[in-house]
Amino acid sequence: MTELTELGVAQIRDGVASGDFTAVEVAEAFNANVAAANDALNAFIVATPEKAIEAAKAVDAKRAKGEAPGKMGGVPIGMKDLFATKGVQTTAASHILEGFAPEYESTVSQRLWDAGAGMLGKLNMDQFAMGSSNETSHFGDVVNPWRAAGGGNAGLAPGGSSGGSSAAVAARLCPAATGTDTGGSIRQPAAFTGITGIKPTYGRCSRWGIVAFASSLDQAGPMARDTRDCAIMLEAMAGFDPKDSTSLDMDVPAWEANLSPDMKGKRVGIPREYRMDGMDADIVKSWEDGVTWLRDAGAEIVDISLPHTKYALPAYYIIAPAEASSNLARYDGVRYGLRELPDGANLQDMYAATRSAGFGAEVKRRILIGTYVLSAGFYDAYYTQAQKVRTLISHDFRNAFAECDVILAPTAPSAAFALGDKSDDPLAMYLNDVFAVPASMAGLPAMSVPAGLNRDGLPLGLQIIGNAFDEQGVLNAGLAIEQRAGFTAKPEKWW
Amino acid sequence: MSTYRIQGATGEWEVVIGLEVHAQVVSKSKLFSGAATAFGAEPNAQVSLVDAAMPGMLPVPNRECIRQAVRTGMAIDAQINKWSRFDRKNYFYADLPQGYQISQLYHPLVGEGRIEITLDEKDPEGSTKTVGIERIHVEQDAGKLMHDQHPTMSYVDLNRSGVALMEIVSRPDMRSPAEAGAYVRKLRTILRYVGSCDGNMEEGSMRADVNVSVRRPGEPFGTRTETKNVNSVRFVMQTIEHEAQRQVDVIEDGGTVVQETRLFDPNTGTTRSMRSKEDAHDYRYFPDPDLLPLELDDDFLAECRASLPELPDAKRHRYEGDLGLTAYNAGELTAEVETAARFETLLAETAKGQGKSEKDVATQVANWILSIAPGVINALGSDADLANNTPAANAAILAMQAKGEISGGQAKEIYEIVLKTGRDPAEIADAEGLKQTSDTGAIEAAVDNVLADNPDKVEAYKGGKDKLFGFFVGQTMKAMQGKANPQVVNDLLKQKLG
Repeated sequence: MTELTELGVAQIRDGVASGDFTAVEVAEAFNANVAAANDALNAFIVATPEKAIEAAKAVDAKRAKGEAPGKMGGVPIGMKDLFATKGVQTTAASHILEGFAPEYESTVSQRLWDAGAGMLGKLNMDQFAMGSSNETSHFGDVVNPWRAAGGGNAGLAPGGSSGGSSAAVAARLCPAATGTDTGGSIRQPAAFTGITGIKPTYGRCSRWGIVAFASSLDQAGPMARDTRDCAIMLEAMAGFDPKDSTSLDMDVPAWEANLSPDMKGKRVGIPREYRMDGMDADIVKSWEDGVTWLRDAGAEIVDISLPHTKYALPAYYIIAPAEASSNLARYDGVRYGLRELPDGANLQDMYAATRSAGFGAEVKRRILIGTYVLSAGFYDAYYTQAQKVRTLISHDFRNAFAECDVILAPTAPSAAFALGDKSDDPLAMYLNDVFAVPASMAGLPAMSVPAGLNRDGLPLGLQIIGNAFDEQGVLNAGLAIEQRAGFTAKPEKWW
Repeated sequence: MSTYRIQGATGEWEVVIGLEVHAQVVSKSKLFSGAATAFGAEPNAQVSLVDAAMPGMLPVPNRECIRQAVRTGMAIDAQINKWSRFDRKNYFYADLPQGYQISQLYHPLVGEGRIEITLDEKDPEGSTKTVGIERIHVEQDAGKLMHDQHPTMSYVDLNRSGVALMEIVSRPDMRSPAEAGAYVRKLRTILRYVGSCDGNMEEGSMRADVNVSVRRPGEPFGTRTETKNVNSVRFVMQTIEHEAQRQVDVIEDGGTVVQETRLFDPNTGTTRSMRSKEDAHDYRYFPDPDLLPLELDDDFLAECRASLPELPDAKRHRYEGDLGLTAYNAGELTAEVETAARFETLLAETAKGQGKSEKDVATQVANWILSIAPGVINALGSDADLANNTPAANAAILAMQAKGEISGGQAKEIYEIVLKTGRDPAEIADAEGLKQTSDTGAIEAAVDNVLADNPDKVEAYKGGKDKLFGFFVGQTMKAMQGKANPQVVNDLLKQKLG
């Protein structure tokens, strides 16, 4: 029998359903991998092997009674620590929430449990989802399971903010994991670790119970080994939630059943503004490969323009911090989480001490930026202007989708970089999301699929951006690339 | 127009007043959460995860709160904005769990409207003034800090956190404490008619931020101060009196008024500085990204409009025009929605019982409701069981009086017994002998006796001493033990005295 931890979501689901193995066997296998690897990779903040077993037993019992085990029946997954999980510590990788165990379960995680998934643990991430390398976590860096050929044993960043998710899936600690994407936090780490991840249309997945970073951008999505697995898991995660006013009141399409790699009659747009001077040659090459593969799948390739692309990143770094500065005001030491109360402290002192001790440097930086851009006298120059840019970016995409069905672009400007490489240079770090941010600003579905390895043997991702609500088009193009890229590489086990 | 002036050492000053009234919306649950809103619950018994701002919680607008604010806007003839939006007002305080209040700065739900105020309650038609309303927006209330529960710590009660408020912002159109008082009273009346706020100022359901400035008559506005959270009509008027005088003193002493936020001290009737403009919070307002813009459709607006009751001004005009009541009575009857409701119920019962039109009995019912009944109830105090104060019982008493079966005095006595015991008025009249006689024969005999016993006075009356008529009435009533119908007595006396 194949090693169970080599199996993906569909294979596990189908194998459990047909009785090839039990859900408990699967859960035990992944629990063992988590236990063996976590010291080296630091992908999980908290492991919950008992939760995985408990859910698996329930699935096995259902199957024994002849009941359907669910869309995700028997699939153990990792849960990004941004999702509130009832009775299990939920920290957003921040000291300020250390020890906080909510009395409620996020809508998305609840849907996954209802679909038969089990929880292997809470995944490490950039603190409050702010970062692109998983180096801002209070619980330490996550290490990318991939290593550069000839690069010694230098630890690489797994991407961020869903770095625990990407590392855990790539290292076979879980067949799939939840991620959240505010400005690339699913796609960029997926690209850095040779896995697949999709951010759906804004509003597809309820934000209820997800620790908020930037409310108008935050969106949950699956990270898994391939397109089909993402389709399955996204179906389980998505759906209208009356508890989230921005949730889309639309039925969840049968994405998995409608998967098709046939691109005949589809037009794929190549945005000329994404071709930048001094672009990494391997990135350019993989992009060209993607064009070849999609053409081979029957698609027509069209040149398109997204003229305001260069303003997307600066506008994002106004809007996201502005919302964050307000969203994070609730962490004040009054009701839950960390409280620092120096001798003789008054309320203001308590706020200052708690927030100084509780938030990491990157979180503080963004709170400061956000507070600044919303201040009287600066609001119009920054926030209002950024919102106008955001509107223009949406118009760019609207115009583009009059000419094409999906857009193909690189996911990130480089492969995984070494831990510590950019941690002292926030602007260099922010630039990592240059290709990812525009789709976030427009609320569009976008995914990253593995496209191959670069000269150092590190994975590269290709990004597919679709029109609003057209996750199917995105997934289908992803599948077409996946079938032609033949990406089977996986990180050499060193941990 | 008000001619209220502050007499300063250097001449006359005019006061300019604008009010921001915070009115708690009547609804079962809070503005953005399902938690209950009842007053007086145990601390933190009515707090949802949203109200406590737990991580990942999201606001969902409560349709009923929006509906109430729209209905209020319609009641003041205001522009209803079909597209509005919620903004976050950011500041840190322990009673504000989110670290921001969800409010509406840029695009409020309700735009310009107006309220007509009456400056002389005795003469509602005589002196009226229209106060402009700039806007009404909806927002969340904060929680409450309790400083008296522990020697060194403050406690937080979040029951009020997230309760819906309407902020009703007037134009700076008022010019005297009396006008401001009349405005708050009228606004309260309208809110209570609409049912969008219970208007209970003691419980904090209505509080006013009072903006005051002074100027020489005819000159541009002066610098204003804002006195926060004033919670009674009297205190609003005191705040203005004190604050206007203080500003005049400052200016006349060569100083300048500082734009600042002040607090009213009810114990001294004075205001004191809370924070100046320099220390003012920068609230960093921005659109709340957790909420979509609020878009109202025509059906919703039509339902809001159809659900509005007859409003106080319309009612007052109808009482005067259709029912023929005096302006004073119409004003008194419509000032409180409950009074008007009691009046209209009793009016209908009385008209039906007497087989007359409402107009024919309106004055009788109005006098009963406004002066006679309250007099009896007040005199009885706690002996009155108001459960016995049914419209049917009241109408029965009024009918007996209208038919001449009982006198005004007897009506009061019967009413008193009704309130104490709940017995039937007709049964009381019979059993207690509280009836007057209209038996012309008996009264005529008594009249004849009185005239026969007082020939000198008859002579004097006929000689021109008209005032003696009252003497004959009194003697006749005395002979009848007070139970004669006064109208019959009058008629017979007039007839016999020529």
